[in-house]
Amino acid sequence: MIKKNIVEIRNLSFGYGNRLLHKDINMVFPRGKVTAIMGGSGCGKTTILRLIGGQIKPKAGQVNVDGKIVHKQDRQSIYELRRKMGMLFQHGALFTDLSVFDNVAFPMREHTKLPESMIRDLVLMKLNAVGLRGAHKLMSTELSGGMARRVALARAIALDPNIIMYDEPFAGLDPISMAVICDLIRTLNDALEATSIIVTHDVKEAFSFADYIYFVADGIVAVEGTPKDLSKSKLPFVHQFVHGEKDGPVPFHYNAPSYKKDIYELV
Amino acid sequence: MDKTTLDLWVGFFVAIGIAALMALAMKVGNLTSNTLGETYSVTANYENIGGLKARAPIKSSGVVVGRIDNIKFDTKTYQAVVTLRIDKRYSFPKDTFANIYTSGLLGEQYISLEAGGDDNFLKEGDRISKTQDAVVLEKLISQFLFNKASEASNK
Amino acid sequence: MDSFFKILSNIGAQITSRIWRLGSASRLFLLTLIYSGESFKRIHLTIREIYFTGVMSLIIIVVSAFFVGMVLGLQGYYTLQKYGSSESIGVLVALALLRELGPVVTALLFAGRAGTAITAEIGLMKATEQLSAMEMMAVSPIARIIGPRFWAGVISMPILASIFSLVGVMGGYLVAVPIIGVDHGAFWSQMNSNIDFRFDIINGLIKSFVFGIACTIIALYEGYDAPPTAEGVSRATTRTVVTSSLTVLGLDFILTSFMIAH
Repeated sequence: MIKKNIVEIRNLSFGYGNRLLHKDINMVFPRGKVTAIMGGSGCGKTTILRLIGGQIKPKAGQVNVDGKIVHKQDRQSIYELRRKMGMLFQHGALFTDLSVFDNVAFPMREHTKLPESMIRDLVLMKLNAVGLRGAHKLMSTELSGGMARRVALARAIALDPNIIMYDEPFAGLDPISMAVICDLIRTLNDALEATSIIVTHDVKEAFSFADYIYFVADGIVAVEGTPKDLSKSKLPFVHQFVHGEKDGPVPFHYNAPSYKKDIYELV
Repeated sequence: MDKTTLDLWVGFFVAIGIAALMALAMKVGNLTSNTLGETYSVTANYENIGGLKARAPIKSSGVVVGRIDNIKFDTKTYQAVVTLRIDKRYSFPKDTFANIYTSGLLGEQYISLEAGGDDNFLKEGDRISKTQDAVVLEKLISQFLFNKASEASNK
Repeated sequence: MDSFFKILSNIGAQITSRIWRLGSASRLFLLTLIYSGESFKRIHLTIREIYFTGVMSLIIIVVSAFFVGMVLGLQGYYTLQKYGSSESIGVLVALALLRELGPVVTALLFAGRAGTAITAEIGLMKATEQLSAMEMMAVSPIARIIGPRFWAGVISMPILASIFSLVGVMGGYLVAVPIIGVDHGAFWSQMNSNIDFRFDIINGLIKSFVFGIACTIIALYEGYDAPPTAEGVSRATTRTVVTSSLTVLGLDFILTSFMIAH
């Protein structure tokens, strides 16, 4: 029987040293859905993706992918799991010494024994899906930020993954590239019948395509719900985030003693 | 860079590396003359070997014919036992002299073989009986001084 | 008193961190060896890296070897001539190059030329998440990135050292024979009869092989361990040169004493 949720995070805690980044987080990612994880900068959103990919181990709790507890797998089966995942890194993380074509062909050449002619067809197909078939001969260093992101996306879906993870896919992009990526996330998810997990802090975009949204703040899931519910939410935190107010439940100032005290101490 | 030109360069690189090593072995080191092919070992006893060391050359008429294999000390006779490894191509009569000489005033010491007239030749395991010790500079000097002193007293 | 304890604990922290780094570098070395089978499956990657570390270092190696050989020829001649044994110049040049200068200077140049390039490349790959991305694609960066560079370094170093020694001897010959006028025959024959294949040439090769392992693994480790920032990578590059040079000189002493003892 196939479980409804392809990825489940149960009572997960994670941190570096004594500082806990996540405290007892629970999230589920149902098959075929686009789920967004949102939150302020530095709240450990990317870390969640790394935990799902098994690159780091949780302090407590567990991450289930396809019914397997990620941190209890040995290297072999973690690699097996990762073959079902595609990940788009924040700045693309294309291999700078390879061309666009070789970048997309990389996972195929590593994991399949397909003949070169078939790899060529597949690579051009993937590049066509992101609209960059014409750029396959360029070196990855010759691409603009938006194009690099799209090539990286083509590479992430090279092996038709079940799970596609996006780490800040919109960071540093112009509005046009942003719209392109935004559109691609939804289309690819539906075309590949995959499950998408998107880590972002771009409210407008996330609300436009996500089926479900988790808000992470202070290491816990502050709010969750469909975009429709959330935009109506009266919770002060969500209100602040959605409307981009600089002060609110998330304070403008970093934790500090009172201003007055600090000033007098310095003198 | 094209994959084939790259392979070509790397192949070229490895080839000149091997060539350099070969050249060093042949031209600089004495691999050709030194790796004694087939050898036979004989021993020789000395009262004093001076600064002779293992691997020192064995020469005959100045030509390297072998190397010293090892040097031991015999506690029965209180003599140094030197094992000589000589190239099979060179055979020496049984009564060959094995003298320790020094190349130059301060140079390394070596064993010089001076052939005798015997009809039998040295075989594996034989002992060379006719040996001459290394010249020890201190002895030479004290001898010289002693002679001078006795000359003076005779006058 | 307080500051005294501060200094003491600082020293302690320094030592602990050094030992820690030594440990994790050794772990990387072991992992590299374990994953070598996987690395060798993609032999063209190693060939590619030999091009970048070995072939690209040829010019600097050849030019420095030539000058080192010429200097040895000059200095050696003026010293030996005082003792009336200027024909021994060939021995002096060849022994110095084969036993010490060939392996050591090659390793130092290698650390500066190829080692820094390796550190910077790996450091930047890490900073731009390329290593992470590779891991997420279920490809081990140790097998795919570290392994080929390691073997390329280990293969290149003895080759470069041999070339260095040979070119150095030629440099020494050029100064001693045509320029100063030492006898051609004496130069070669003295060299020939005093240099041993096993004890001088092979020992030199063993040294350069060990230096190859040390320099490459240090460069790789520094890159792999570099903080993913511009400053982190530049510091790691500096550390590569410093650590490799000191390690090479230290190892040289240890190896030499072992070789001479035998």
